[in-house]
Amino acid sequence: MKNILSGRRFIVMGLFIAVGIVYILRLLYLQIIDETYKELADRNALRYVTQYPSRGLVYDRNGKLLVYNEAVYDLMVIPRQVKNMDTDYFCSLLKITKEDFIKKLDKAKKFSMYAPSFFEKQISKEDFAQLQEKIYLFDGFYAQSRTLRTYPDSVAAAVLGYIGEVNEKKIEEDEYYKRGDYIGMSGLEKSYEQYLRGVKGSRITLVDVHNREKGSFQGGKYDVAAIAGKNLYSTIDLELQKYAEQLMKNKRGSIVAIEPTTGEVLCFVSAPTYDPNLLVGRVRGNNYKQLNEDISKPLFNRALMAEYPPGSIFKVAQALIALDMGVITPSTGFPCDKGLVGCHNHPSAPSVRDAIKMSCNPYFYRVFQREVQRQNPKTGKIDSKYGLSEWTLAMYKMGFGVKLDIDLPSVRKGYIPDTAFYNRWYPTGWNFFTIYSNSIGQGEVTVVPIQMANFAALVANRGWYITPHLVRSIGDEDNRFRLKKYQEKHYSTVDAQWWDVAVAGMYGVVHEGGGTGHRADVPGLEVCGKTGTAQNSGADHSVFISFAPRNNPKIAVSVYVENARGGGGSWAAPIAGLIIEKYIKREVERKEIEKQYMEAAPCQPLPIGKSAVKKEETDSVKTKTNAN
Amino acid sequence: MQREKKSILNNIEWKVVLAWLFLVVVGWISIYAAVYDSEHSSIFDFSCRYGKQMIWIAASVVIALFVMVTDPKFFSQTSYIIYIICIGMLVVVLGVATATKGAKSWLGIGEFGIQPSEFAKFATALALAKILSAINVDMKQWSTRLSAIGVVALPMLLVLLQNDTGSALVFLSFIFVLFREGLSSVVLIFGAAAIVLFVLALIVNPYLLIAILFAIALIAYLFIHRRNRHAKLYYFLGVFAFCAVVVMAVQFGYNEVLESHQKDRIEVLLGQKKDDKGVGYNVNQSKIAIGSGGFLGKGFLQGTQTKFNFVPEQDTDFIFCTIGEEWGFVGSALIVAVFIWLCVKIIKMAERQRSKFARIYGYGVASIIFFHVMVNIGMTIGLLPVIGIPLPFISYGGSSLWAFTLMLFVFIREDASRGDLV
Repeated sequence: MKNILSGRRFIVMGLFIAVGIVYILRLLYLQIIDETYKELADRNALRYVTQYPSRGLVYDRNGKLLVYNEAVYDLMVIPRQVKNMDTDYFCSLLKITKEDFIKKLDKAKKFSMYAPSFFEKQISKEDFAQLQEKIYLFDGFYAQSRTLRTYPDSVAAAVLGYIGEVNEKKIEEDEYYKRGDYIGMSGLEKSYEQYLRGVKGSRITLVDVHNREKGSFQGGKYDVAAIAGKNLYSTIDLELQKYAEQLMKNKRGSIVAIEPTTGEVLCFVSAPTYDPNLLVGRVRGNNYKQLNEDISKPLFNRALMAEYPPGSIFKVAQALIALDMGVITPSTGFPCDKGLVGCHNHPSAPSVRDAIKMSCNPYFYRVFQREVQRQNPKTGKIDSKYGLSEWTLAMYKMGFGVKLDIDLPSVRKGYIPDTAFYNRWYPTGWNFFTIYSNSIGQGEVTVVPIQMANFAALVANRGWYITPHLVRSIGDEDNRFRLKKYQEKHYSTVDAQWWDVAVAGMYGVVHEGGGTGHRADVPGLEVCGKTGTAQNSGADHSVFISFAPRNNPKIAVSVYVENARGGGGSWAAPIAGLIIEKYIKREVERKEIEKQYMEAAPCQPLPIGKSAVKKEETDSVKTKTNAN
Repeated sequence: MQREKKSILNNIEWKVVLAWLFLVVVGWISIYAAVYDSEHSSIFDFSCRYGKQMIWIAASVVIALFVMVTDPKFFSQTSYIIYIICIGMLVVVLGVATATKGAKSWLGIGEFGIQPSEFAKFATALALAKILSAINVDMKQWSTRLSAIGVVALPMLLVLLQNDTGSALVFLSFIFVLFREGLSSVVLIFGAAAIVLFVLALIVNPYLLIAILFAIALIAYLFIHRRNRHAKLYYFLGVFAFCAVVVMAVQFGYNEVLESHQKDRIEVLLGQKKDDKGVGYNVNQSKIAIGSGGFLGKGFLQGTQTKFNFVPEQDTDFIFCTIGEEWGFVGSALIVAVFIWLCVKIIKMAERQRSKFARIYGYGVASIIFFHVMVNIGMTIGLLPVIGIPLPFISYGGSSLWAFTLMLFVFIREDASRGDLV
């Protein structure tokens, strides 16, 4: 029995020896017979190079490039591999001092001895050319190509936005991003980041001891190609955008033009603007600082974020809501009695359209009074709270007081007061006489320019709008898609029959005697518009909204000129006229007028007492305060 | 007294001690090469791993000396105590230890941490030897079988609960011990069949596999029944049912019990999954490092693949890469040969023991070392899935080195007094 079992030792030993033989044969195969491993690794090392996808391009509505990519190079270093180099020569090639060199290398070493770090970022193609030929002399250094955004026409900074290095927080949130990656920080770059960025790839290359690339590892079997970002086909009309920026050159304010039937933004200017190329590459840091400190706030996107009092352009909305509520008819007349609100000199308006044409303050004071002081159907009593809440809802439906879902980040919603607001504001009670300034677009109400442009489009469409947007489709030449939210119509509460009354009034503003916006007239075009003069702590803002032609409108525009020392008719209206002419006729024939308004610099110089751009203290403009 | 000491010195199997010394030195050199950095090249830099390993080696020499001056009876008498202490430590580790690398296996004592699972193998070898060396033990009895299996299964389960699958698998190596002590070879055949079924169950669709097994059972029955009228159908169906249960159990266990990284490793090895970036990438890098070594290797500190951290766990589980790359076929085959020689030598030594305890313990030592070597090297050369267990005496790490040294020298000590009366 015992002998039989002790025989089993041979089985155990045999198994041990068998495994040993198999392993040695396997080693024989790996190390001697199979040559591929030797070729792969003989004095070679592998290097991981991230393949950055090229970021999606941005085109204008006619297929012209607004943004493209230009190659630059990041110099990478693997500190572990750096040895015996001619540091002085290296520094002279890179145009840095020896101190810089030591500092940068120390920083890289601190990060990791083995992993690559950025040594110098964004070296231009020209500077890199020299270095490229000599880079093999420097062990541990290699270049990685990247792309930078380039803006051929230097326009539309407020639309396009800029990209910047991703911050730590974002890196933690989203595993796509690694240190040193770029991400859209504002504008379309931010809104459409997920489409524009593409998908990163990686390439594994073999490098010899002299740091020369020896081809790809295993024939690229482990490489993953980068997938380029999707292009954006924007709604911007490059020619119009350039023209609008020229018009706003010496001014502060904004121009937003929309194609009413589609909600597509044709031009979008926040003035003063800046050359988007300034916020690219290595110069970005300094330029950003400068722009950020500039008192005229070029980085502040006025068209989206500047909450101005709307001024008289608001009257069109009041007329429409009152007609729809049935508190006035198209032929209701009110005397221009200048009792509670002042007015300019004009005859009393016998109808809604004349009141719009002449922009009569007392008329709309009465209109707003009737809108607010309404009989509450539940109690049968006159109830300002009921009236105001109805009015607030109607205003929301016109796109005021709510955030327009535009495809640009940080849009503001302006402010339309509601009953809750006044209950808080006046705990002891309020009535129409406390809030009447809103009737003429002063008081608590504020709007942002994009909302005014959207309102012009709403009137042009007679009752509906499509949310303004700057990107028509996403994808590439053959395969594009549109976002659904920019194809849906939003209807106002105002009934279809009343819109032509407002349109007739706006036509009168430009074309009829007593109208306040004659300077918006474009020969041969039926331009409809409404002037506004928004009071604020500085000189008045000159405001104009318009659309043209009267029937089948092609363009709706809002123009704001801040602190322009003149009413809506004097600055904003002619500028709107020029925009309309440029867009519809493609060429402006009125060269004299064009020159006059391009060169004019009507804005009151900064600084103005308080901030004239942001209007926060809603009560500060209750009564007119004259600057100076 | 004088004579007795002299006879111990004479009886020490010096070749085994030399083999131990050789492996430990090779280990230190390889760790030095793996973490070598021209800026920290002093071998006495104790902040580096080779510096620390130097301390572990010094300590293991002390352990070896300590074992050699201890009475060999001490170990057989205290087997159960040592075993219970180790089990206790495993339980404590499960309770309090901090997680490292997904496996909760460290027990921290001040600055140092030890891995009780490493010592548990030694303790289990002792306890198993103690149980099986009792008088009137017969592997044919269920009580013997169950107590033997229980002694092995308890620490194995505890280590498994620590999420350290690799170390838990090591306990399977005691099957050699049980085999030598009379475990029926049917068990081994069934075990082997189960492994084959296991692999098949992962590769082939389970329902198809069960259908095929059923067909095989029927055909086998018809074939055999014609020659031997006594063959009963239900034998074949019983075997078939057993196989089907195994297949379904594997499916269940694979999908529900194994963690995704373990599945990946198995799938990559079976060629079912092309995961070149993850698991497959490591093995591939390991093969490149070893394969690039050629016949004579690139020479000490000249390895490029291993220098740039392409292979993970360079100085621990994948240390064999450094040896393969820098010392080539000559070096790596020598290491394999020394390990196999050592295991075979221990078996031979075990067979010459008069004491049953010493023999069984010797088998345990040989089996554990062999299993570690087979799995670790098999992984680096792409023959076995990636299972993280150290290469004995060579891999970086105090616990592993001490536990193996202790285990080996206790056997050398037992062997040195093999002439004593039992």
